[in-house]
Amino acid sequence: MQTTQEMLDSKEFKSLVGKKWTVSIVLLIVLFVTYYGFILLIAANKPFLAQKIGEFTTLGIPFGVGVILVSWVLTAIYVVWANNTYDVEVQRLKDQVRK
Amino acid sequence: MQTSLGHPTASAILFFFIIVVITLGITYWAAKRTRSTKQFYAADRSVSAFQNGLALSGDYMSAASFLGIAGLVSLKGYDGMIYATGWLVGWPALMFLIAEPLRNLGKYTFADVVAFRLRQVPVRIASAIGGILTVLLYTIAQMVGAGSLIKLMFGIPYEAAEIIVGVVMLIYVLFGGMIATTWVQIVKAVLLLCGVTVMTLLVLSRFNFNPGDLYAAVSGKLGQTALEPGGLVTSPVDAVSLGLALMLGLLGLPHILMRFYTVADAKTARKSVLYATGFIGYFYIIVPIVGFGASVLVGREVITGIDKGGNMAAPLLAEVLGGTPFLGFIAAVAFATILAVVAGLTLAGASALSHDIYVNVIKKGVATEQEQVKVAKVATVIFGILAVLLGVLFKGQNVAFMVGLAFAVACSANFPALLLSIVWKKFTTAGAVTSILTGAFLSVLLIIISPTIWVDLLHKKEAIFPLKNPAIVSMTAAFLVGILVSLVTRDDNARAKFEDEKLRTYLAIGAE
Repeated sequence: MQTTQEMLDSKEFKSLVGKKWTVSIVLLIVLFVTYYGFILLIAANKPFLAQKIGEFTTLGIPFGVGVILVSWVLTAIYVVWANNTYDVEVQRLKDQVRK
Repeated sequence: MQTSLGHPTASAILFFFIIVVITLGITYWAAKRTRSTKQFYAADRSVSAFQNGLALSGDYMSAASFLGIAGLVSLKGYDGMIYATGWLVGWPALMFLIAEPLRNLGKYTFADVVAFRLRQVPVRIASAIGGILTVLLYTIAQMVGAGSLIKLMFGIPYEAAEIIVGVVMLIYVLFGGMIATTWVQIVKAVLLLCGVTVMTLLVLSRFNFNPGDLYAAVSGKLGQTALEPGGLVTSPVDAVSLGLALMLGLLGLPHILMRFYTVADAKTARKSVLYATGFIGYFYIIVPIVGFGASVLVGREVITGIDKGGNMAAPLLAEVLGGTPFLGFIAAVAFATILAVVAGLTLAGASALSHDIYVNVIKKGVATEQEQVKVAKVATVIFGILAVLLGVLFKGQNVAFMVGLAFAVACSANFPALLLSIVWKKFTTAGAVTSILTGAFLSVLLIIISPTIWVDLLHKKEAIFPLKNPAIVSMTAAFLVGILVSLVTRDDNARAKFEDEKLRTYLAIGAE
């Protein structure tokens, strides 16, 4: 059993908080690159997205749908990680703190 | 084409009444369970992940999402998809940055989180200003949309339509609180998702269930440009600024953030965001098909003939696809959509007034349960009346523009202070207050002198501020002011509490 101060100073707690933000920041960077990449393509390189990939379908259409799908997949990765890895560790540390 | 829009049809009125009766039934049931403040604001924290996912979707998919994006795609083609993607990418950002702290630190409003270790009175007042400003702008957009929609659908005068929305919505919130509001959102989200799915299938059935054939028809009728990015975003800076507002605005929307307190813990909150992202993503993927379908099957001239903004594209398409009964159904769904969003907004506005201002500022956190619920209900009525009056006052304003304004204010006023309060030890009370006020007033000011208002509405020659959306400037300024003011002021109490706060933020020790 630990006091709250011991928990705050513990390596385990610090590494848990560090891990949480690493996962968050990495996923956030992927999200930013995907979305702002798409936005900047629209603003700066319209001909690229106007290319035809079917008879009439333009490359921009699957790109737009792709941004939405990537967003969902990133959310799913975070939820699976947080609910299965992070929360288990949280519970373990929580039990060590003296109430 | 002949349309029965503007003439109340039996089926439209029937569907409309069915929806109102169902939702009022829910309210009656919920009213019996709403006694305490926790029940009124947070549905007793008993909402499941799946339910909350639907409710979040219901709160978020407003008339701007459905009628707005369908209309934008039908008139502008591909560019409408920019809004569809922008409105979705905020969800993962919300999850990565603030999901756990928001759930673990707060009780009823996002101001609970901002004010957690800072001095209550000034921070609560500033947060309430930012929160209420955002909610009011968002409400105006919904009310204006509702008035025009009902006028077009049923032929009722605009002002009468405003009052109908106000009264029905007040009944939900006043008697059923968060429990009723949540269930109204769930019913509405399911109706909207089903309605748009049926429309999409009916559109695709006209094109051999092959989107390629639909695009071929679009290209044949309107030219290939309809499928290519066009003039909506021009300069990269303008594009990124709009993108920032659409993405990060979500992280400052009080009525969305409030839903995190209706679930039991962070785990459930995360799952509910995953559900919501799924529902909303699916919706934004299929809505452009409805828009493209309308541009081919209804035609741009007919759509703009009914409403210049294109907002009636989806209802018109429904009439072409399924006749008057389907039009009636879609009209009722669109109405339920607005009603539910306004109910959610009213609850958020009322909670800022009563929980943040009355209980925590005027009563210094000491108020009995009965007193709190009573004040919450009085605040709800005030906010409801305000919504109707503003709706009447802003008659004829562009809906999408008002929503854009709300997002810009949300990401500039509320988001920077919320994030800094969570992650930065040296953040001070003065920093928080100045950051919120800078974000709120700068974003509003920059919008007034931007091309959208200065040139388009006030007919001046040249805009003082060149960007259509101010987020890139106003949000950055709010962050900078918050950081600089915190560096030159000291808040020992806030710094000392930061460590304790961490246990609650990350381990949920002491979370409510």
